[in-house]
Amino acid sequence: MKHLIGFITKNLLRMVLLLLCVAIVTFALISISPIDPLSANVGQTALGSLSAEQIAKLEEYWGVGQPPVTRFVAWAKDFIRGDMGVSLLYRQNVSAIIGERLKNSLLLMTLAWLLSGILGFLLGIIAGARKGSLADKLIQGYCLTISSTPVFWLALILLLIFAVWLKWVPIGLSVPIGVEAADVTFLDRLRHAILPALTLSITGIANICLHTREKLIDVMNSDYVLFAKARGDKTGRIVRRHGIRNILLPAITLQFASISEIFGGSILVEQVFSYPGLGQAAVTAGLGSDVPLLLAITIISAAIVFAGNFTANVLYGVIDPRMRKGVKR
Amino acid sequence: MMNRRRRTLLLLLFAIIFLSAITIAGAMLEERATLTDFTQKNLPPDRTHLFGTDFMGRDMFARTISGLSLSIRIGLLTALISTLIAFLLGTAAATLGKGVDATISWLIDLTMGIPHILLLILISFAVGKGFMGVLIGITLSHWMSLARIIRSEVMQLQHSGYIRVAEKLGVRKALIVQRHMLPHLMPQLMIGFVLLFPHAILHEASITFLGFGLSPEQPAIGIILAESMRYLTMGYWWLAALPGLMLIITVLLFNLAGKALVKLNNPASAHL
Amino acid sequence: MPLLKVENLSISFRQYTKAFQQTALIVVRALDLSINPGEMVAIVGSSGSGKSLLAHAILGILPYNASMAGRLYYDDKPLDKKRVETLRGKEIVLVPQGITYLDPLMKAGRQIHNGQRGKAAHQKTLSILSRYGLDEKTAERYPFELSGGMARRVLISSAVYSEPRLVIADEPTPGLHIQAARRVLGHFREMAEKDAGVLLITHDLELARQTCDRIVVFYAGYTIEEALARDFDQVETLRHPYTRALWQAMPQNRFSAEDGRQPAAHINPEGCIYAPRCKDASDLCRQSIPYQPLRGGYVRCIRKEHYDT
Repeated sequence: MKHLIGFITKNLLRMVLLLLCVAIVTFALISISPIDPLSANVGQTALGSLSAEQIAKLEEYWGVGQPPVTRFVAWAKDFIRGDMGVSLLYRQNVSAIIGERLKNSLLLMTLAWLLSGILGFLLGIIAGARKGSLADKLIQGYCLTISSTPVFWLALILLLIFAVWLKWVPIGLSVPIGVEAADVTFLDRLRHAILPALTLSITGIANICLHTREKLIDVMNSDYVLFAKARGDKTGRIVRRHGIRNILLPAITLQFASISEIFGGSILVEQVFSYPGLGQAAVTAGLGSDVPLLLAITIISAAIVFAGNFTANVLYGVIDPRMRKGVKR
Repeated sequence: MMNRRRRTLLLLLFAIIFLSAITIAGAMLEERATLTDFTQKNLPPDRTHLFGTDFMGRDMFARTISGLSLSIRIGLLTALISTLIAFLLGTAAATLGKGVDATISWLIDLTMGIPHILLLILISFAVGKGFMGVLIGITLSHWMSLARIIRSEVMQLQHSGYIRVAEKLGVRKALIVQRHMLPHLMPQLMIGFVLLFPHAILHEASITFLGFGLSPEQPAIGIILAESMRYLTMGYWWLAALPGLMLIITVLLFNLAGKALVKLNNPASAHL
Repeated sequence: MPLLKVENLSISFRQYTKAFQQTALIVVRALDLSINPGEMVAIVGSSGSGKSLLAHAILGILPYNASMAGRLYYDDKPLDKKRVETLRGKEIVLVPQGITYLDPLMKAGRQIHNGQRGKAAHQKTLSILSRYGLDEKTAERYPFELSGGMARRVLISSAVYSEPRLVIADEPTPGLHIQAARRVLGHFREMAEKDAGVLLITHDLELARQTCDRIVVFYAGYTIEEALARDFDQVETLRHPYTRALWQAMPQNRFSAEDGRQPAAHINPEGCIYAPRCKDASDLCRQSIPYQPLRGGYVRCIRKEHYDT
């Protein structure tokens, strides 16, 4: 037990430190940018609609004229308190934008994460248990092709087929136009999330499927499976008794660690489907030099990715008996 | 006799020839790719325009092939630099002691913590859009996995007998790396380099598609597909479908070539 | 009537010899063997000589790139793929080498009763464990919590759980100290005394001599001699020059190891496989050599009368 708490604390600490470093690096990248966010935004499009008072407030928040380190410390202090600043493009609190968009993105990503995880695992088992069979070749071919396919192209094609030609699903937006946000039901949200989630799942399968296949082949070539065969067990029973037992944990771990890829994919997919999630906001913020928003999105997404990695590590420590009982693997 | 190894080798050769052909043809078609003809707008594929034409009457086949050529050339450059970074950092992590190792593995975790596309957006924001932005972005976001592989390879090599002997004899570290390790690492680097291509090409297309990469004047695949999106609702399917398919074939060939190299390099496949 | 009869068995692998050329690598050639109920037979050969494959061939679990030819009989009826599938794990069991044959993530008890549910299965597991001197906590242990000797006894427990008639033990002793190894082989002797047939595959001639009834000597893919265990009491009763050399090399004898080494299995000179190292080799040894009966055993030597003392 003591061993476990130490293990979790260590991982947690590492995660927080990494997050801090991400913040510093992101801040540094934005600081060296030749684009001045204030003049880029306030100076042009938004200037007319912003009062002098608001501009002064923005300048004060953004610490114009101060050295980067001071600016970073000031920004970080506010950020930790929950004040992520004001979006230059949306002219709303960044925290409010992120709250709304994160909800949309999480729905999308959770659907895709679960769907791709389950399907990928099952396909990987089928391919690995019957290595060299037609099913294996088809599954491998699918994985290789899909991992060579740009996710945004797949999104375009699905949009073309299901929204333009068949008109089964709406072309964009996570809520129907003209309906009050409060009246939007969960079902409406789901309907609009289906196609983007499907796109992400189709591409997300490849990784987990190939990994599961490899691991299962390793298991099927192991001595203990040979012994199970010698004891008269059939392939199906061997897969259920020894295969899944030995590959489920690595597969779940990988799926947690692959949140970064699903997040990256969601940026592209949200853009194609004009789905109002974090990814689309990131693109808008990047193109429109909305620095506070871009910063906040980077930190939040890194936090989600690190939380995934953290979960993966801890799962191993808690579930695997070799780790649980403190044996070095 | 047509066994698996021969087939693998043939596949590898085919991939190399096909990809070189596209690269050269694309460079030659670059002029035609930007040629506009407003009498020939938005034509579906036919015999004169294999892939149809776009809203400015440009030939989509020429645009696609020169886009792919551009992608391959950028992929080549970025994969090369990424491999170099991976080699340097991987070897440094393995040979220069605990502190360096920890720093580099920290750097890897850090870079992997930000989703790829987001990192590319940030770098493009930091250094500006266009060719340089894409080059720096793709290079800086693709070295991590290979660096990890190189690190563990070098660590294994260090424990092997003859390198220990060389160390005892007082041979300089740099010389050991060059004389004894590099020959062993070459296959790994080669495979890593080829397998970096697909990622580099796909990410270049993605970032350009989002508007952070190459400029709209260039016939890049990302630009072509971004433009096609505006005409999707009108049913101009060829603008998106055909260039995308060609991109998939290109990337697939790189993936297959990488797999073929892995297979040929792997002694465990002796009984395939 | 023998329980198991192996006739003219050979096992080969497909492999690349040059970069792009595949050939068949023959690992076991023309192997003859029989085991009676209540009998313990050892097949002795040096490590890595492919004798484990014999166990896999009998059980029908050779890897996909291996193939076998020859005839197998169990209870006087042909033992084909279909029949062995119904028998293995029940009447015919394998006792594998060591801990890697246990699922690392499954508790020992479940691996012994192989997933049978219910109290009876649990009770039987515990009683078998106690027979081999293991307490009931062992059933709740994961393989990484077992010592090498414990793991071997767990593997034996899993084999006897189904009350088999034929036990094939594949190198069950390496890594054990001499007492533990003797105890493990003693367990196999007990099975033979309960009328099961035991085939022990081992590289340890001395242990085989002490515990088995008959010994088959395996050399570079061939069985070269079959002898009774007591034939090893003195060198004169042995039938083949290689076996005699082995006898000489045993610790209690003169310990004189012989020169040369076993030829690789794919080198197949016409004629006697041992001739290159045999001090009595002559031109006669270049023809192909039959496996012939001699003094209650068998020998693969053209000059057998030479050793017919």
